[in-house]
Amino acid sequence: MGKRVLAGLSGGVDSSVAAALLVERGYDVIGVTLKLYDYDDLGFDPPDGGCCSIDLIEDARAACSRLGIPHYVIDLRDIFQKKVIDNFIESYDRGRTPNPCVNCNTYIKWGEMLKTADKLDCDYIATGHYARIERRGDHPRLLKGLDPSRDQSYALWGISARGLGRTLFPLGDILKRETREIAGRLGLRNADRPDSQDICFVPANDYSYIIRKKLGADSPSLKSGPILDIDGREIGRHKGIAAYTIGQRRGLGISDKRPLYVTGIDPEHGSITVGTDDCLFASRFSAVDLNLLVEKENIPERIEAQIRYRHEPSPARLSLKGNAAEIIFEVPQRAITPGQSVVFYSGDLVLGGGIIDVISE
Amino acid sequence: MRKVYLDHNATTPVHPEVFEAMKPFIGERFGNASSIHQAGREARAGLEEARDTIADILGCKAAEIYFTSGGTESDNFAVKGTAFANRGSGKHIITSSIEHHAVEASCRFLQREGFDVTYLPVDGEGFIDPDDLKKAIRPDTTLATIMLANNETGVIQDMKGLSAVTGEAGVYFHTDAVQATGKISYKIADIGCDLLSISAHKLYGPKGVGLVYIKSGTKIQAWNEGGGHERGRRAGTENVAGAVGLAHAMKVAERDMDAETRKLLAMTTRFYELAKQKIPHVRLNGNFKKRVPNTINLSFKAAEGEAIVLSLDLKGIMVSSGSACTSGATEPSHVLRAMNVPAEMAQSSIRFSFGRGNNEEDIEYVIGILADEIERLRKISPLYAGSGG
Repeated sequence: MGKRVLAGLSGGVDSSVAAALLVERGYDVIGVTLKLYDYDDLGFDPPDGGCCSIDLIEDARAACSRLGIPHYVIDLRDIFQKKVIDNFIESYDRGRTPNPCVNCNTYIKWGEMLKTADKLDCDYIATGHYARIERRGDHPRLLKGLDPSRDQSYALWGISARGLGRTLFPLGDILKRETREIAGRLGLRNADRPDSQDICFVPANDYSYIIRKKLGADSPSLKSGPILDIDGREIGRHKGIAAYTIGQRRGLGISDKRPLYVTGIDPEHGSITVGTDDCLFASRFSAVDLNLLVEKENIPERIEAQIRYRHEPSPARLSLKGNAAEIIFEVPQRAITPGQSVVFYSGDLVLGGGIIDVISE
Repeated sequence: MRKVYLDHNATTPVHPEVFEAMKPFIGERFGNASSIHQAGREARAGLEEARDTIADILGCKAAEIYFTSGGTESDNFAVKGTAFANRGSGKHIITSSIEHHAVEASCRFLQREGFDVTYLPVDGEGFIDPDDLKKAIRPDTTLATIMLANNETGVIQDMKGLSAVTGEAGVYFHTDAVQATGKISYKIADIGCDLLSISAHKLYGPKGVGLVYIKSGTKIQAWNEGGGHERGRRAGTENVAGAVGLAHAMKVAERDMDAETRKLLAMTTRFYELAKQKIPHVRLNGNFKKRVPNTINLSFKAAEGEAIVLSLDLKGIMVSSGSACTSGATEPSHVLRAMNVPAEMAQSSIRFSFGRGNNEEDIEYVIGILADEIERLRKISPLYAGSGG
């Protein structure tokens, strides 16, 4: 028997194929599905193929049964609530825009799932993420997935170095199209299921719903307040800072000759600032809560930085200061947003990342 | 890999003799027992013979046996049907805090329907005090439902003491006997109940069939509506092969009861002794004497129950933690919680339920692996730092 791997299966096609590839490569694979929340508790009906729904858990179970491997469901609802949902709400409450998938990876998959792997005496954990791990030198390196349209390394910067050494990404060097082919060949039930989208625990992208539910309708961040122009004049009223994100255009209710965007959110005064598109561009910002995946001495000064999920990494200068960093883009970038992750790359290599804190110019 | 099945309280394999008895009713005697023609009569004869056999074993009238699809349906029917039929006399029912989910969920349903439910506490070993039942009875109480043997600990309740209370108060008494039947010998008169639930697959019968005993004269409302099957009380084409299988399983259990009981008591005793010898910090949940002979529930301090179950599974040993459920919701066992077992002990509890397929060698083998796995899990547990405590 080969080395033992704990493979996370959401019930979707990617993670099922990842597990199948590991079985084909001779690993001793154990399938797990992480139960992260109940739709009953969240208070809305699962969307078709909603993560953690009974349907998806059953699909994961069926896939494992087809692969001839054991399958277990691990209940992580309490810790998911604490580390992901509460953090998500708190972040919006402070006028920031969180990346819950990053926290889920950092604390749930590479936190709790790794603990489960220890309990079940597993050498590795595996997921269906499109990213690669290179194991040539002394330290494993996290690389972008081979298929640039599918790369998911942005959400993986929070993995600990120890976690990286114990991770397998079987899909990192194959294309999405190939994944579906393999799924079809293996007769997996979910081969033609649409890709999961949006944030799994938020109904139809209406995140204000869960904020209201948790903080109550009279929370300050849900209270109406002034919309200011860049000169500080009130030009309208907003519906609570938690409903806005930097760069947002919709839902402002202001008519102006030029399109206006949210350029700043001030939780202390309960105000938001709007401006024209050119006001959204900035080049210098700080990041906190860093996690480095490459030793400090091997991190170059000139890097590429990615500031949101669908942002093309752009050349920047990085200076590290303890657990924080300052980043200066060569060319100003649009809508650098506090609360989002910034990930540092050198080509395909992921150097590390952090949380965007203050935008200075 | 060697496989050892120690989860007979979850289900059992069909006994070969039971399977043989069922075969004709899957094959040539396929008729609908409610048809008036010859094929129907042939099936009906098997069904009624099964009813007679069971009535004999339980010491009741054949007309008091109603076949169902299993323990869950029997519990639902008995609890909801009795509560609804008697709501003119009152809307209060009494149950315990250690019932199987089939009874517990039926009670919760009744609460949503406007009934009042009292959940009786248990002591540290899982026993219900008949005095508590007596105190809980009110003028509007119509039903008490308390299980015979608990599925997690195997603990057997004082049925005589409990039914004496309900009998005196004129309250219907139902017992879920799913985990007791086939493991201990009893007659309805010993229990003194008005209603009783049984499931076939817990005693080497087939899945998908059970029965509810309903004492004649009991006011109960049908729950499954349809044709007039089972004397109008449980509609649905009779599962003749299943009923025959259930009857035969009960017959085989009665026949082999003494020998099986001796064997199971010896095995669980040896298992417990060896566990205490080889593994530090073991706790017995329940009562070692007043239990069904096949069940033993142990806690292993600071080793998480779910992790033990999965680790043993990967080594071919099948047990249950009583808390893990297939949908992934791992709540601490409500039974152990009701017994006031400390949380860290309740979370490390494992139910070992032995059966016909086990032998002496299984015990040494399982304890060996169990000791290794517990030691490994304790090493990585933040709760077992250095140990001693």
